[in-house]
Parts: sequence; structure tokens; C-alpha cells
Amino acid sequence: MKIPRKHIPLLASAAVYAALYAAASVRYADQNFLAPQVFLNFLRGSAVLGVIAVGETLVILSGGIDLAVGAVMSLSSIVIGVLVMECGWPPALAIPAAVALGGALGLGMGAIIHFSDLKPFIVTLAGMFFARGLGFIIHLESISIEHPAYARITGLGLPLGGGYTLPMTAVIFLAVVLIGLYVLRYTSFGRNVYALGGNEEAAVLMGLPVGRTKMAVYALGGLCSGLAGAVLTFDQSSGNHGAGVGMELDAIAAVVVGGTLLVGGVGSLFGTCIGVLTIGLIRECITNYEGTLSSGLVSVVIGGLLLAFVLLQRLLVRRARE
Amino acid sequence: MNWTGRVADTFRRHPTLWPLSAMVAILLWNVLFTPGFATLEVRGGRLYGALVDILQNGAPVMLLAVGMTLVIALAGIDLSVGSVMALAGTVAALAMTGHGQPAWAAVAAALGAAMAVGAFNGAMVTGVGLQPIVATLVVLVAGRGIAQALTNDQKVRFEAPAFEFLGNGSLLGLPVPIFIAAGAALVAAVALRKTVLGLYIEAIGGSARAARLAGLPVHSVRMLVYTFCAMCAGLAGLIATAKIKQADVANCGLYLELDAILAVVIGGTSFAGGRPYLAGALSGAVIMRTLTMMLLMHNIPTEQTLIVKAVVAMAVCLVQTAAAARAAGRLLGRERYA
Repeated sequence: MKIPRKHIPLLASAAVYAALYAAASVRYADQNFLAPQVFLNFLRGSAVLGVIAVGETLVILSGGIDLAVGAVMSLSSIVIGVLVMECGWPPALAIPAAVALGGALGLGMGAIIHFSDLKPFIVTLAGMFFARGLGFIIHLESISIEHPAYARITGLGLPLGGGYTLPMTAVIFLAVVLIGLYVLRYTSFGRNVYALGGNEEAAVLMGLPVGRTKMAVYALGGLCSGLAGAVLTFDQSSGNHGAGVGMELDAIAAVVVGGTLLVGGVGSLFGTCIGVLTIGLIRECITNYEGTLSSGLVSVVIGGLLLAFVLLQRLLVRRARE
Repeated sequence: MNWTGRVADTFRRHPTLWPLSAMVAILLWNVLFTPGFATLEVRGGRLYGALVDILQNGAPVMLLAVGMTLVIALAGIDLSVGSVMALAGTVAALAMTGHGQPAWAAVAAALGAAMAVGAFNGAMVTGVGLQPIVATLVVLVAGRGIAQALTNDQKVRFEAPAFEFLGNGSLLGLPVPIFIAAGAALVAAVALRKTVLGLYIEAIGGSARAARLAGLPVHSVRMLVYTFCAMCAGLAGLIATAKIKQADVANCGLYLELDAILAVVIGGTSFAGGRPYLAGALSGAVIMRTLTMMLLMHNIPTEQTLIVKAVVAMAVCLVQTAAAARAAGRLLGRERYA
């Protein structure tokens, strides 16, 4: 059987994930690692990164990059915290407001990128510092959220039968992934994103709405980051400045490990899910199971993983050219 | 040609005049409206005053800006400088406390570590062909991660007068960091103006493909420039660490990559590559430091100054784009100039 070349990165990441999971289940066999609830907890722990990574996948598929995701996520969580705790808004209003703010920031960055021809990384880098500064202006300290509705939401879950429940945050993660899969596969917008990432000049010549697509991609990235901020508040019951630091690397790593090419045009959301789970597994194993207190090791390992997969991609792309 | 036309023409021919006049303007504004800004006094054989403070506290950003100018002139970017600062400071502090090394050995170890990271950046960019943004983003996160793993997220305090001299000492009445920054700037300026390296950098930044076809040593120049940039960051980290007498892994150099990039962009060096403006970048660093100081004097927390810097950065970048030049041309009713 011949494996199509474009599936090799995806298969590689699936193999890496399976191997890591198998190794972990042997090493932590005494802690009942193979129990389904452990996997459900992984889904829950990866929800924040997962929602962000869906937006980042769209942006990278279109040939861009979004460095502001972590900062917009913290900003959104802070906004929710301030609106609920200090302005007395119900969470049902505060959360959409924060998500909309994320979308507006993304749209602004997309508009600047489209109209000025500045490179995406410099615009989103400035956007990252803008969002961070805005968060600190809205509230200088991280803010904890105590609201009866929050206690109810965090307790919710989707019963799966057999006594297992899918936690609320994992439900949101999977729902966002499904919506993203539908948009990329079955809408003309999704096709435009792939076309734009494959070759922008060709997309323009084909008469595709390049500008609109570009702005929409960054706006959706912002919406996802805003939503991730809401998921973060469910998880930690707080609006947190520190939570998104370094998140942009995790998001890009998840996308790349999932087989999406950094130059754009090739990749899938399904792969991104595997990337998110791989990073969640590494993080969980290092911090919880190994009991390492320093968070530094996690970022070193994830950085190394990202580099390894980028190298693999370059190897494949070079082979394909020859 | 009337005199306004002549002034406009001079500015067009010497782009460094823009950041220089901006620097003079912001300093002049402070001299006029900030009480005590212009006073200089000599205490214990050393010069004190707001202007000296700006140069002393601005030295790390100046060092970063010098290295970053060369990298951006190669049409690259180095996001890892802040983390390299933290790493260098940590290595130096650990060498002195954990291994009982003298100050000079600690400095050598720290600069060695910084240059190793820079060589790694260079190898990823030029050997493997990664986008500079991705390669250095990995180091931005992982570099601080290494420093955190080395110290278990703890601050490392040390007592070493010889080492503290780098941050707090004075020479000829001026703080030592000023001399370190000036030294690095001088090395870069000589390399750019007096050696063939400057020509190579401009050629590679203008078109890497053309430079390679012309037989220029593209790989070696890129390796050298990324290593030099990391070495500047290492020096900045040593200054910052020596000044507070401890290696602060979590905060040393945090977000400083923005200040450095902003200083370079204000200085007129474009992301398109090929045109380094070193004096402009140094003026940019002074402007950034003065701006930070003004915001601090109004009791605005450092974290909130990020938004001001982000807006300034975006505005300066936008002004430099071709789209802005066309809009300005339409507005002034003149033919387009770029």
C-alpha cells in the first residue's frame, strides 16, 4: 500500500502521540494511566490550548501567523473577571462581550495586515503587547471569579454512559473543532483559506476575495482566543495575566506537530487535535506525573518537539521538489 | 527651491535625521517641562542626573538595538534577545554561587552560553532554512525555560563586587554600562562602515538570492550576525543582573524584544532588509528609555506602558509603508515619493 505523501506528517504525529501514550502508560502503570477517565481529563486539560489552536490553524493555513493568541486569551479572561466581579454583569453577557472583544482585536490586526502589507508577525507581535497592556490597564492584578453561575457551569458535563462524564470545557473544545472542520471542508470560505495559503498571487488572479478572507481569518483567530479566555475562567475561576505567557509557542507547536505546513495551504484541523493532545500529554506528564516543579522544562521539550517536526516538514517538502 | 523644500530634501537624503530630531525633541520637551531634568551634578567623582540615568538604564536596550539592527538589516528578526538576557544572567550567577568561579570566568561562561544560543539561531535560520520568526520564537520560550530549569524558578542572589561593577560601577565619572553599550555600537559601526562585512550584510539583506549567486558567503555572514546579536543580548543580561545583584529568571529582559525592535524601527531600519541605520537605532533606544521614564514618573505601572509602546510601534511601521507614502502623496497633492 502506498501512503500519499501529504499524509506523512499527520501519520508521524499520530505515531508520536501513540508512542508517547504507550510509554506513559507503562511508566505510570501503577497510577491506572489507561483508565478512560485519565484520557477525559487530558481532553479537559487541553481545552484552552485546543480552542486557541483551532484559530491558529486557520491563520497558518492562510499563510499567516498569529502571535497575539495568548495575550488575547488573558485579556478576555480579565475582561470576564472585571465585568462579572466589579460591574455585576451576569456571565451570560460578560462572556459574549469578551469573545467579541477578542474578535474585534483580531479583525483590527487582519485589517492592518491586509491594507498596509506589513508582515503578519510584526502586526500580531504589536497586537500581543497591545492586548497585554490593555489587560493590565483594565485590571492590574489577576482577578478571581466567584459567581453562583460559574459554580454551576464548572460542575456541568456531558454524560457518556458507564459512569463517565465529558467535562464542560472538553465539550466546548470538541464543539469548536467540529465547527472548524465543517467550515474548512464544506464552505467556500474554507476553500478560500487553503487557496490563499497555497499561493496568494494565484488566489488574487482567480478572483477570490483575498482581503475579506484574510481579515476574516484573523478575526476568527481572535474569536477563538477570546473563547479560550472564557474556557480558562471555567477552568481556573479567575481572570489571569500569567496564563497566556508563551501560549503562542504552544499553539504554533500544536498546529505544526499536527502536520500543517508553516508556509500555509496544507494541513488539517484533525491533525491540530493530535498536536494539542500531544502537547497536553507532555505537559501533564512532566508537571503532574514526574512531579517537576519548574515549568521551564515543559517549554524546552515543546520547543524541541516543534523544531523536530519543522525539520521533518522541510525534509518532505525538499523531497517533493526533487 | 524655498527653505522648507530644502529642509525636506535634506531629511529625505539623510533618513537618520528623523529619529535624531525626534530624540532631540523628546529630550528638549523634558528639559523644558520636567523639573530637574537637565541638572547634572558630580558626587564622589561620578556624574549624576536624569540624562545619565537614561543612558545607564537605557544601555541594555541600546545593546539589544545594536544587535537587532544587523539582524533586521539581513531581513531577519531575533525574538529571543530577552530570554538570552535571562539565560546569560542566570549562567553568570550560577557560576559564581554554585561553582565558586571568579567574576571574569562567570562573564566568559555567560557570554559563551549567549553566543551558543545565537549560533543555534543562525544555524536554524541559514542551515535549516527556518523562518527567523519561528526559530527565534522557539528560543524565546525555551531559552527562558532552560534558565528556569537551571534555577528551579528561584532567584539567584550573589555577592561579587567585581561582577557588580558591570552594572553599578563607574569609569571616568560615567556609569560602566554606557561604555559597554558604546563599545558594542562602535564594533558594529566599524564592521558596517569600514569592513567588507557591512557591504555583505546590505547585499544579503537586499536580496539573499542575488548575494548567493554573486558568491558572497551568505551562511557565514548570517551565522556571525545572529551570534553577535546574541552576544549583545548576553552583555545586556550581565548588566541587568549585576545592577540588581541577583539573577531574576522570571523578569530579566521580559518583553524587552519589543523595545529593541521598536528602537530599530524608529531608527529607520526597514523590515525589508538591506539598510541598517545604527545611529538611528541608538537614538530610538534613547527615545524608548525616555518614554519609559516619563511614563514611570507619572506613576504608570511598567506593565501598562506596553500598550503605549505597541501603539507607537504600529504607527511607526505604518508610516514607513508604501501605502502610507501614497496616502500622504495624495493628501499633499504631490507626486508619490518613496
